[in-house]
Amino acid sequence: MAFVEIDHVTKHYDALEVISDFSLAVDEHEVICLIGPSGCGKSTLLRCVNRLEEISSGEIRIHGDRITGPGVDLDRLRRDIGIVFQGYNLFPHMTVLENAVLAPTKVLGMGRREAEEKAMAFLERISLSHKANDYPDRLSGGQQQRVAIVRALMMEPMLLLLDEITSALDPELVSEVLDIVRDLAAGGMTMILATHEMGFAREVADRICFLQAGKVYEQGPPAEVLGNPQGERTQAFLRSLRKAGRL
Amino acid sequence: MTDQLILEQQDEAGRAAIWRARRSTRTYRGRAGFTLLLAAVTFLVVAASAQHIGGYAVSQGVSSLIAALPGIVAAIAAAFVLGMAASAFLKSLAASRNDDVYAARALGDEASTRSWKALAWIGALMIVTGGAWFMVVNDAAVSRTFFDLALIRDSVGKVLRAFGTNILIFSVSAVFILAWALVIALARTLPGAAGRPLRVLAIAYGDLFRGLPAIITIYLIGFGLPLTNLPFLSDLSTTSYAIIALTLTYGAYTSEIYRAGIEGVHHSQVAAARSLGLSHAKTMRYVVVPLAMRNIIPPLMNNCISLQKDTALVAIIGAIDAFNQAKIIAANNFNLSAVTTVAILFIAVTIPQARIVDKLSERDRRRMRAGG
Repeated sequence: MAFVEIDHVTKHYDALEVISDFSLAVDEHEVICLIGPSGCGKSTLLRCVNRLEEISSGEIRIHGDRITGPGVDLDRLRRDIGIVFQGYNLFPHMTVLENAVLAPTKVLGMGRREAEEKAMAFLERISLSHKANDYPDRLSGGQQQRVAIVRALMMEPMLLLLDEITSALDPELVSEVLDIVRDLAAGGMTMILATHEMGFAREVADRICFLQAGKVYEQGPPAEVLGNPQGERTQAFLRSLRKAGRL
Repeated sequence: MTDQLILEQQDEAGRAAIWRARRSTRTYRGRAGFTLLLAAVTFLVVAASAQHIGGYAVSQGVSSLIAALPGIVAAIAAAFVLGMAASAFLKSLAASRNDDVYAARALGDEASTRSWKALAWIGALMIVTGGAWFMVVNDAAVSRTFFDLALIRDSVGKVLRAFGTNILIFSVSAVFILAWALVIALARTLPGAAGRPLRVLAIAYGDLFRGLPAIITIYLIGFGLPLTNLPFLSDLSTTSYAIIALTLTYGAYTSEIYRAGIEGVHHSQVAAARSLGLSHAKTMRYVVVPLAMRNIIPPLMNNCISLQKDTALVAIIGAIDAFNQAKIIAANNFNLSAVTTVAILFIAVTIPQARIVDKLSERDRRRMRAGG
C-alpha cells in the first residue's frame, strides 16, 4: 500500500473540469514533481490533498485511510500535511519568529519557550536567525519563502506540498530556496512539488508527472520524462521550454 | 498615401525653421492684467470694509485696538496681493520685451504663476470680507445672536459641566460599540450552512438599525423602555438609555466596518492559517481580525467622531447634556450664544481626531505605495 493514494479524483468548478480522473500513488520518502503548462491542475491537485479544495469525485487515502468525504477532522489532518504557497503567505502582522511558533503553540499546545527554541534552531539552519524579530516585509522574497518552509516544518508534517514555491521569486533568489528543498529530500521528507524548475526537478525528483488537462499524461523517472519523452504533448511542452531558455 | 502622411521632404535647415516658427513665447499679459485690476478693486473693497466695520465695532464699545487689528491685517494682506499682481504684470511686460527666448519663457512662466497665486488670495480675501459684513449688517444682528461674548463667558462653566455628560455617554458607548459590533461582524461572517441562522439574524439587525434614524432609536428607547415596567430595564437613567440607543445604532454601522475589514483580508492568509491546522475560530482570532483591525482604524475613528457629535441627540429624551443645557440658557436669554459655546466645544474635541484620521490615512497610502 502506498503512502498517499490519489484515486480517480475529479474536480470541477461548475462546468470547468480542472482535474479529470486523476490517479497517483506516492510512497514514503518519495519526491514527486508535477510539471505541465499553467492551468493543467497542478496547484488545484495539491490543494485537494490537504483539502483546501474539495474534490468532486474519487478519493484520496493516506496509509489506506480515506481523507476525503464527510467527517474527516480537517484541522487534525492539516497538522500532518504541510503546504508552502507560491506567494509565501506569511502573516504580515507577525515577526518571523511569531509566524513560526503560531501553529505549534496554538494548535499543538507546545510551550512558547520550547516552540521558540525549535524555531530558532530551524532559522539557524537556513541562516536567518538574525531576522527572527523582523516583520516579513523587511525580508526578500527568497527569505520569506524560506521562512514559510520553516513555518510548515514546525508542525513536523509527514507530507509536504510545495506549490510553485519559486515562481514568484527573482531568478537570483531561487537557489537559496531550492537548497532547502534539496536538504529535505536528502533527509527523506515525502514531498509533492508543483514546479517549473525543470533542472531542479530532474535533480531532486524520484518521479516526474507531466500533467495535461487535469490528467497524468506521462510519468516516470526524470531522465526518461525529461530526456526521452514519449508523448507528443510532453515533447511539445519541453520544446517550448527549451525555446524560452528555461531548460 | 504615404506621401500625404509624411511631411513634405525638406532639408534639415528647412525643418528646423518650421519648428522654430511654430514656437511662441507666452507672456500671459491678459491674465496678469486682469489679476492686477482685480487686486486693485480688492484692495479698495477691503480697506473700505475694514474702516467701516472697525468704526462700527468701536461705536459698540469694543476697544479701538481690537476693533482695528483684523482690518489692518486684512488691508496689509490686500496690499501684499496688489504688490504680487503688479509684479506679475511687470514680469509679463519684461517677458514680451526680452529677446532671449529662454529668459522670456521663464519670465512668462513666473508671471503666470504669480497671477494664479494672487487670484487665489483675492478670492480668499473677498470671502473673508463678505463674512465680516454678514456679521455687522442689520445693526450686527448676526454677531449679537450667535456671538454675544458676555453670554458665552457666563454660560461656559455650566455648558462645560453638562458637556461631561456627552463625554460620559460617548466613552461608555464607544467601548460597548467596539465589542458589540465585533460580535455582530463575526456572526455575519460565520461559515457554512450551520452559520446561516445567526448570519441572517445579524444581517437583519444591521438593516434595521442602519435604516432607523438615530434620533428615533433614542426616542423609542428613552421613552419606550420606562413604559414597559420591565425589571431593571424600565428604571435606568436617561444617560443609560442614551448609551443603549447609541450602542444599538452605532453597533450596526461599526459591524459593517469590521466586516469590510474582515472580508478585505486576503483569502491566501486564511488558506495559510487553515493549512497549519488552525480552526476557523483561531484563524479569526490570530490572523484575520488582527489584520482587519489595521485596515479599519481610519474608518473606525471617523465613526467615533460622528458618535461624539450624535451624543447631542440625547437632548431629545431630556438628558442634561451640553446641548440641552445650552438650549435652556438660550431660551432664558433669547440669544443663541450659549449654543455657540457647545458648537465650539464639539469642534474643539473633533478637530484633533480628524487630523489623526488624516495622518493615519496618509500613512496607509504611503505604505500601499511602498508596496505592502
